[in-house]
Amino acid sequence: MTQSHLKLIKFTKKGIYCIPGKFYLDPWLPVDYAIISHGHADHARWGMKHYLCHTDSVPILKHRIGADISIEHMGYDVAKMVNGVQVSFYPAGHVIGSAQIRLEYKGFVVVFTGDYKVKNDHLTVPYEPVKCHEFITESTFGLPIYNWLPEEELQQQMHDWVALNKSHNRTSVFLGYSLGKAQRIMKLMEGVNEMYVHSAIHNLNNAIESSGIVLPKTQLLNYDFKKEDLQNKIVIMPPALLGSKLLKKLPNAATAICSGWMQIRGNRRWKAVDAGFAVSDHADWNGLLSAVKATGAEKVYVTHGSQSTFSKYLNEIGIPSAEVKTEYGSDEDDKELVTEKTTTA
Amino acid sequence: MKHFSDLISALEITNKTNSKISALVDYLNTAPDKDKLWLISIFTGKRPPRPVKTSLLRAWCMEITGYPEWLFLESYSSVGDLGETIALMLPDPTHHIEKTLSDWMKELIALRPKSEEAKKEYVLNAWSGLQMQERLIFNKLIGGSFRIGVSKKTLVNALAKYSGIDANQLMHSIIGNWDINTMDFQELLQGEHINYDNSKPYPFCLAYALEKELPELGDPADWQVEYKWDGIRGQIVKRNDEIFIWSRGEELVTSQFPELVAAMEVFDDDFVIDGEILALKDNAVLLFNDLQKRLNRKNVSKKMLEDIPVGFYVYDLLEWNGTDVREKPLSYRRQLLETLFTHKDKTNDTLLSEILPFNKWEDLNTYRNSARDFNSEGLMLKHKHSPYHTGRKKGDWWKWKVDPLTIDAVMIYAQKGSGRRSSKYTDYTFAVKKDDGLVTVAKAYSGLTDKEITEISRFVNKNAIEKFGPVRTVKPELVFEIAFEGIAFSNRHKSGVALRFPRILRWRRDKPVSEIDDIEDVKKLITNSV
Repeated sequence: MTQSHLKLIKFTKKGIYCIPGKFYLDPWLPVDYAIISHGHADHARWGMKHYLCHTDSVPILKHRIGADISIEHMGYDVAKMVNGVQVSFYPAGHVIGSAQIRLEYKGFVVVFTGDYKVKNDHLTVPYEPVKCHEFITESTFGLPIYNWLPEEELQQQMHDWVALNKSHNRTSVFLGYSLGKAQRIMKLMEGVNEMYVHSAIHNLNNAIESSGIVLPKTQLLNYDFKKEDLQNKIVIMPPALLGSKLLKKLPNAATAICSGWMQIRGNRRWKAVDAGFAVSDHADWNGLLSAVKATGAEKVYVTHGSQSTFSKYLNEIGIPSAEVKTEYGSDEDDKELVTEKTTTA
Repeated sequence: MKHFSDLISALEITNKTNSKISALVDYLNTAPDKDKLWLISIFTGKRPPRPVKTSLLRAWCMEITGYPEWLFLESYSSVGDLGETIALMLPDPTHHIEKTLSDWMKELIALRPKSEEAKKEYVLNAWSGLQMQERLIFNKLIGGSFRIGVSKKTLVNALAKYSGIDANQLMHSIIGNWDINTMDFQELLQGEHINYDNSKPYPFCLAYALEKELPELGDPADWQVEYKWDGIRGQIVKRNDEIFIWSRGEELVTSQFPELVAAMEVFDDDFVIDGEILALKDNAVLLFNDLQKRLNRKNVSKKMLEDIPVGFYVYDLLEWNGTDVREKPLSYRRQLLETLFTHKDKTNDTLLSEILPFNKWEDLNTYRNSARDFNSEGLMLKHKHSPYHTGRKKGDWWKWKVDPLTIDAVMIYAQKGSGRRSSKYTDYTFAVKKDDGLVTVAKAYSGLTDKEITEISRFVNKNAIEKFGPVRTVKPELVFEIAFEGIAFSNRHKSGVALRFPRILRWRRDKPVSEIDDIEDVKKLITNSV
């Protein structure tokens, strides 16, 4: 019981701080020592003196932040002592290289999820629940209206759409963020037809493959492509390119956005594309609930997303919870819908 | 249902009318005739009364899921549509029911008189046997709008493309009296239950906004000038004792305005006239806001007829006792109109649009400047020799609208929209300075681009002060120029003023909050505008 009085972490202006360990988890302002859950830009930021991340995230961080950053790494099955705190990584199933960060100090365990999804996408190492005293969870889709279709059904819908496009002599264009979503779409569409990817995705694919991971086969979409080469094929590009000249140049394109937000009709119609598929790399409502319950945590901190709602609900079902204000969620899945900026990746 | 469900999916995803039409044509090519009749019924508002109350659907959904009401409402405010919220929240289906649209409709009609227990059993069974999208459609079939942007006109255009029959004739056919239990789909399209010769409308003649100086129009004596009214442009067709009212969108709106039909019945002649449907009370034109309350109602109540009586200002004559007079000059058509209408009873709701006398072009400024006092939105200038053109043609008819009034105000509340806009904050409330604080002056929702709305939604998400419920109080930071058509003192508003037709003119990113208008300055506009 005394353990629960132990204060291992503190929520600060710079990020989530481990008091005895003297390091930060996914900080948003420059610090000396940052432990990074995964390579998305709102979690892995520029300007840290030293980074620690999962082995598969190293090429991603180097590609996005800089080749000369000071970075160390470890796999899922090892642990490291940092100022007396035992740090280890567990699969988060979010994107390639994503990890839940487990901290243990004097028998007290805190787990920070970063972002995660509980269903297996056959691409990333599947999510693994970790027992802990305190659990810091995301809540991007923390409303009971977000419940994803089983992967096979989702895949069938996407395959049907591509077949329909083909029968109308149309090229199928999927819009998805270059890290995570793009590889996910590639996996879902593997073997259906030839796939072309935008250079932002192509470069990231190269970075990911440099750690020995094998991705489905794709070709780089050159700016001087021949229309007849692309006709009826599959093209994947970042959502920022919706409405771009490049997209307009594609032969008879049918466009689909892939994002968890596409679960809602209003969101699907907002962008005026030809289709919207709720392909998400985040846990859905039931996923979040099952994850929280599986940890057996006595206290749950809820970060970015529907933190107020999810945390209030957890309290009502008897799981003590509090919401935490962070700077996460301003990116990735969120960004896909709300900004028009081009990624730097 | 899968068939119909696929159609709805195809319709909802696109906002291109042509894509909607082609999806409808695909459906018409493959669906059973009985289902097509239901499709027409549903999209023309000829629907059976709701068999199950919304409050029951809500209660059953909460019972099944076990979620507290606040969580249900929080989800609802995020989705913006009750039928969809329920469809999304329910657990996965346990089996699959496949029935045609007409079978579902038949069952729903039979359900209405049954007990609450029987209704519950039926609905719960359907919910557990349908996929998400089918469930949503089932909920919509019980009651509620599909909100997929299919107007009667779109439906008619699809039917025309499918059948090769004239669109206006089809409009008359589907609006006409028919019973789904006895009507055959092909007969409905062929219009065997109507006489199209009696209803056939002409295309409207439309004007461009004035783009030159008045003297460039030439001799003032060649021009007829009238007030421009902000109602619903309409065409009344009276042939062989039948009366039809067409709106500019080529929809038949006859049944919405029984007083106009009655007013036409007193005439012996046959004619086709062009004019404006307006809310008219004690010889004064009411605001479009008032007229709006009369629109798209299934039944117009007696109280409605008394509170907001509707009249018709006649602009032009297109056909007279079977003769098309559109090629005759305006001066001739006007003269005919005057002989037709002036000898009639003065209490008549149908009035000729007044011709404004003037000698010099400068004289028009006085009329235009005072137009707002009569709820007119400016002037119409028409060449006296002009024919009644088909569609929009430059040169003969001009509209010269009054300039809107504007103020700079700051956004203080934001609310999510509905339908396509349900994911974004699209409805805003604005305030101006009052002493050291702020006071609300207007609520507005139009006039911004999708991109701006997206940006503002981000701001709202970041700067919301409350977190629950549909309305967000936001940090007063974003300044907008608000345009409106009129302003008056008002006791009902906290600010002491009421604005007419407020709308967002533009987002003033260049202006800090310190530069917004003060309520006292806003009040000064009242004297200035009269």
